[in-house]
Amino acid sequence: MIGRLAAADGAEPAPLLPLEVEGLVVEAGGARLLDGLAFTLRPQRCTVILGPNGAGKSLLLRVLHGLVPPARGTLRWSEPDPTLRRLAQAFLFQKPVLLRRSVRGDLAVALSARGVPRRQRRARIEEALALVGLDGFAGRAARSLSGGEQQRLALARAWALRPQLLLADEPTASLDPAATRAVEAILRDLRARGVTVVMSTHDLGQARRLADEVLFLHAGRLLECAPADRFFARPVSAEARAFLAGELPG
Amino acid sequence: MGPLGISGEIGEAAATALRLLASADPELLGIVALSLQVSLAATALAALLALPLGALLALARFPGRGALVLLVNAGMGLPPVVVGLLVYLLLSRSGPLGEYGLLFTPTAMVIAQTILVTPIVAALSRQAVTDLLEDYREHLASLGLRPLAAVPVLLVDARFRLATACLAGFGRAAAEVGAILIVGGNIRGHTRTMTTAIALETSKGALAQALALGFVLLLVVLSVNLAAAGLQRVARRLEG
Repeated sequence: MIGRLAAADGAEPAPLLPLEVEGLVVEAGGARLLDGLAFTLRPQRCTVILGPNGAGKSLLLRVLHGLVPPARGTLRWSEPDPTLRRLAQAFLFQKPVLLRRSVRGDLAVALSARGVPRRQRRARIEEALALVGLDGFAGRAARSLSGGEQQRLALARAWALRPQLLLADEPTASLDPAATRAVEAILRDLRARGVTVVMSTHDLGQARRLADEVLFLHAGRLLECAPADRFFARPVSAEARAFLAGELPG
Repeated sequence: MGPLGISGEIGEAAATALRLLASADPELLGIVALSLQVSLAATALAALLALPLGALLALARFPGRGALVLLVNAGMGLPPVVVGLLVYLLLSRSGPLGEYGLLFTPTAMVIAQTILVTPIVAALSRQAVTDLLEDYREHLASLGLRPLAAVPVLLVDARFRLATACLAGFGRAAAEVGAILIVGGNIRGHTRTMTTAIALETSKGALAQALALGFVLLLVVLSVNLAAAGLQRVARRLEG
């Protein structure tokens, strides 16, 4: 298939991270949506992007994943090859994009697109579905699952791709509390398996539960980049203090 | 003719239709078979051309694409008599394809109907793939699949809407009379179909006979759609 990425079969992938971001600017229609961001993303942690609506959280995740090109600035990844960088990442959308197929078929397309050999796919699929508690769902139509199950399936798909970096855009924004807890547990599990997680959320409780580090965005600017304990105990910027006090719209 | 007269005609025609079907009249069966054969063949050929064309128009970006989309959309309204006339000119003895002797054969009818059906299937499948791509775009990009490489995924996932596009094309073919009348000639036992027979019976004043054939045609179209709906149900069940 044209455009399919070749995966090195069994070879140990080169490390994707750390990533050094400098002077990152994204513009659209004359407006500056991300304005001079600079930070370092280190491996093996959970970084939570916090900020009010319209701060640029989703956009930053899309830039990191290569879905949106920056207008200016540099992203210095440890892995220089863009194709291999893409192979080392998975993206979780707020509303999971599931194919009009069975659960197994949805995962199989992702594995095939990423060049995982056919003989390995079945085992990968079963293992990933078991990880998220969807064993026995392989034959169901992916879109017939509940909202929480759909996001767990999207997590299974992400894990099946064996990413070093998982980018998650408000993964629990439209879920009920029980489904939210289930997704958080899976994110912690992936983190324990060595996956670096970068996620956005407007749920402060979730950020406290999951974050090792916090990036606080406000109106396209990065106002804080700090260890989670420090950020929640002693926010530096007035905007972050207002946000934590619930005085900015989440 | 008053309302009672109309309902009388319709009742008589329905009874005649049932009688014709029950008697398994060989001439009627021949006409039904030829109608189905021509329209199904034209739909199949049109699908072969139009599904990839529709996907291409949805996914590829090239100069003149907008004009082509407009042309294909406008092609849904091609007048059958005009298509019939053009195919007639192509296939007539003095025409560029005259040497093949295809005029007044079922093959000529298939050619004309393929031209009529292709824009319908292409336009509807382009829209189906465009809508699906809107939904899938970021996921496909995240997987590293460029849109053109994703054609098989998109065609499979749009399967039910593509099937509907093909059914719309078949409906157009089964219902039209202008094109096949011109290129087929309505020759008894050779190129006579249900629609051309209806036109003939009407012109002879045999309205009950014409209406009866109309009922048979409706039944046949309904049966094809029922069969397609049944296949879709089975497919949905198989996919889980």
